[in-house]
Amino acid sequence: MLLRHTSAEITERKALTINPAKTCQPIGAMYAALGVHGCLPHSHGSQGCCAYHRSALTRHYKEPISAATSSFTEGASVFGGQANLLAAIENIFAVYEPEVIAVHTTCLSETIGDDLPQITEKARRSGKIPEGRHVLYASTPSYVGSHVTGFSNMVKGMLAVAEPTGTKNGRVNIIPGWVEPADMEEIKRLAALVGVDITLFPDTSGVLNGPLSGEFHMFPEGGVTIKQLKSTPDSIGTLALGEWCSADAARHLDSLFKVPCRVLEMPYGLKATDRFIDALRKIAGVPVPEEVNLERGQLVDLISDMHQYFYHKKVALVGDPDPLIALVEFLATVDMCPVHVLTGTPGKRFEKKIKQLTAGMPFNVNVRSSADMFLLHQWIKNEPVDLIIGNSYCKYIARDEDIPLVRFGFPILDRVGHQYFPTVGYKGGIRLLEKVLGALLDRKDRDDSEQSFELVL
Amino acid sequence: MTTKRKPVPLNPAEIKAEMLKRYPPKVARRRDKQIMINEALANDTPEITANVRTIPGIISMRGCTYAGCKGVILGPTRDIVNITHGPIGCGFYSWLTRRNQTDASGAGDANYMTYCFSTDMQDKDIIFGGEKKLEQAIQEAYDLFHPKAIAVFATCPVGLIGDDIHAVAKRMKEKFGDCNVFAFSCEGYKGVSQSAGHHIANNQIFRHVVGEKDEKRPGGFQINLLGEYNIGGDGFEIDRILKRCGITNIATFSGNSTYDQFASAHTADLNCVMCHRSINYVADMLETRYGIPWVKVNFIGAGATAKSLRKIAAYFENPELSGQVEALIAEEMPAVEAARKDVHARTGGKTAMLFVGGSRAHHYQELFKEIGMKTLSAGYEFAHRDDYEGRRVIPHLKVDADSRNIEELVVEPDPERFQPRIDGDRQKSLEAKGLTFKDYEGMVPDMAAGTLVIDDLNQYEAEKLVRAFKPDIFCAGIKEKFSIQKLGVPMKQLHSYDSGGPYAGFRGAINFYREIDRMVNSKVWGYMKAPWQENPELSATYVWE
Ligand code: SF4
Ligand code: SF4
Repeated sequence: MLLRHTSAEITERKALTINPAKTCQPIGAMYAALGVHGCLPHSHGSQGCCAYHRSALTRHYKEPISAATSSFTEGASVFGGQANLLAAIENIFAVYEPEVIAVHTTCLSETIGDDLPQITEKARRSGKIPEGRHVLYASTPSYVGSHVTGFSNMVKGMLAVAEPTGTKNGRVNIIPGWVEPADMEEIKRLAALVGVDITLFPDTSGVLNGPLSGEFHMFPEGGVTIKQLKSTPDSIGTLALGEWCSADAARHLDSLFKVPCRVLEMPYGLKATDRFIDALRKIAGVPVPEEVNLERGQLVDLISDMHQYFYHKKVALVGDPDPLIALVEFLATVDMCPVHVLTGTPGKRFEKKIKQLTAGMPFNVNVRSSADMFLLHQWIKNEPVDLIIGNSYCKYIARDEDIPLVRFGFPILDRVGHQYFPTVGYKGGIRLLEKVLGALLDRKDRDDSEQSFELVL
Repeated sequence: MTTKRKPVPLNPAEIKAEMLKRYPPKVARRRDKQIMINEALANDTPEITANVRTIPGIISMRGCTYAGCKGVILGPTRDIVNITHGPIGCGFYSWLTRRNQTDASGAGDANYMTYCFSTDMQDKDIIFGGEKKLEQAIQEAYDLFHPKAIAVFATCPVGLIGDDIHAVAKRMKEKFGDCNVFAFSCEGYKGVSQSAGHHIANNQIFRHVVGEKDEKRPGGFQINLLGEYNIGGDGFEIDRILKRCGITNIATFSGNSTYDQFASAHTADLNCVMCHRSINYVADMLETRYGIPWVKVNFIGAGATAKSLRKIAAYFENPELSGQVEALIAEEMPAVEAARKDVHARTGGKTAMLFVGGSRAHHYQELFKEIGMKTLSAGYEFAHRDDYEGRRVIPHLKVDADSRNIEELVVEPDPERFQPRIDGDRQKSLEAKGLTFKDYEGMVPDMAAGTLVIDDLNQYEAEKLVRAFKPDIFCAGIKEKFSIQKLGVPMKQLHSYDSGGPYAGFRGAINFYREIDRMVNSKVWGYMKAPWQENPELSATYVWE
């Protein structure tokens, strides 16, 4: 047994986290910053955090992740990191020539109390930021929230460059939240299909799903441009996908520049995608084209074709609040039963929302925020499930308990596909269900007796 | 038609100048001293600057002190509950991300390596201090698991807010009575790289664990293997070889290790140092306190493995052992030779670059040499000057503010247990026969003249090097992997090997030859351009017939 010390007996823990279901703010800020064109993320702290975040993102995407660090030593930790950040800004613009540096803090610089706005201002006044180049920043202390919070904070930080012209440009801002590059691409495709001009930020497509061509570009083609970010206040409205990841930035735009916003669930699954398309159509005042109806119909068709295999299957899910809320709704839509739903990210609203979505299930549902995968494993030991949905760390539970696993979320360190194939939208819904079915039916084929083993399923 | 690239000048001095050109003057001055053109000097090696601060803003390969301590040194020990005291990230990222293998298949064996334990500090802990939470977390770990030992690792904010983790550990140890609790002040900012973390880790293991168990373990020719981390099963292969020779490995620091192994390390009769960087000081301390001498070994490369076995046999001066060693070498080498010859036909004359670790960039050159590949450039990520130039520079090393930060344990001979394993005369006679103790000559003497030796290589310089030399393979870590591969050059991770292994010992050598053959001769590098990109002219149009 890989997790041989995990027992079924649940005891209350007040101080010890075991097998976390979240990580720290800066990695979210780094991921978000990679979705800005020509941007070098910068970690203001000691070099270890940056090395860890780069490694984790590299392992997940199998792509180069460039990011710099202030490389604090003891002196900087005592006297503050201003000198290090100023030197870093100068060196970065000289050596790597990015258009933008996006600085985020770490536990260390937050504990010291380094003042990013003031240091950045100093860099500007002393000519360390070349003409036409930018430095964005976000405060991302890891002892608050989780990686999701860091993502949200950096997205909000991007709006520092916003400059309203006073004339609306007819575009819609979409904040996709922490989804995969392929998902961002899919959101753009769907918006184009519906006929809505959008500004998607951040946008990691074209950055973290690049080709192998014999060339290395530190700053690939993709990413939202500073020009686009500047004009976000001129948009007619903002759609924020996900309360945890995207709502803050959308509300910020609204309060600063009166850009009306709507916060939707992330468009995973049938109903959330319906709401997304419907919102797009209404904001832009356009009819939904037949192609979109066709994709929707195909998803519904698949649900009806294979409903017998979904019906009342028990699922354990672990991940981030926004995707989990949408996924739980989707599973309920196809009559599957999420029975254990857990996130490491704090948020009582999460528990409330999941309870609402699972009300009326024939099983008791365990929900927790600010919890860990040790607890999830204990839940599973007490109430076994047919399927686990979560990141690669779940494979230790899956193997010990002999339960099929569908990898979803962050990080995925041992499989590919998430870079290339979206799981948002109707087509993404089809892919998700295909993966779920694959896992369930592979198990059925493994477990069925020779008499009941069947060719046609 | 493929466009012919301009031939590049392969003059190392020009390439060095090219690498420094874009740097602001301050950066250029510092990097200048860390980039060295290897020259063959009489009785000397050229000097390089190493183990100095990373430059802010320059994309380094290095990690932090915590990573070196918790990740590298204590990571591979299976039966200690390792609690990271800090916010969640540091613990999360060091959770199962190194490919240390462990064999916990014995009945009742504990294995906590698959777990991540953290105090997940919140803002109130940062403001009011985290000692209470740490104490509670240790208690909860004890109640849940009853482990032999609990170790606590400090991350950056902990040092700053002044939590006394050592006092908490001491208190809990006394309270439990049957569980050793100790702590590591390995805040990430403490040193200039992981190397400081290795040192902090080893010091505490030496202070709190080594010597806790006096019973002599059974078996002849007892050694410790220092600085071997069982990545991809390297340690298993070395143990297989040692066992077949009749050599008993009391403790590996720290691949596939357990608390009890560390605790009885002082009972061994010889210390064999693999990774000089991460652990040479432990070998020194074991010698001073317990009288165990040390020799440098290297099990990377079939030739080096044979040489190391002979070195151990020479030390014990036992004909039976020598016979077993020779018999094993004779038995293992034919398969190695066959694989080597087969692979050499496809790899001979190809070129490599290695930028990794504190000893691996040196050791793996052996393996490349065996299959006829030439090392064009190499360097370490976190080594010190002695790892480049040899131990003779140790008395001349500058002690700067950062190194002063890392505690140097002052050890005295143990009043009861100090027992020199060999006396001065025997040492002299062994030395006369060619056995060298406490010696490491470093990487530089083994590299050809005109090669570039670069300390703490960064992303920008790596790209320049690869574009200039177009090596057939580049070796570094995960963060470097894909920027190099995008350029069409295969990149082998030598920290964690990507996948596969073991690469140590005889079987490992065969694995490595095959892996390098696979990588440098992979067809994929020929697919990067589509037919129409190779041949864009539309000189003729197809006519459908
Ligand atoms: S906070 Fe400090 S200890 Fe943690 S990863 Fe960062 S540098 Fe390392
Ligand atoms: S110190 Fe903070 S920012 Fe750095 S890795 Fe640890 S939790 Fe993350």
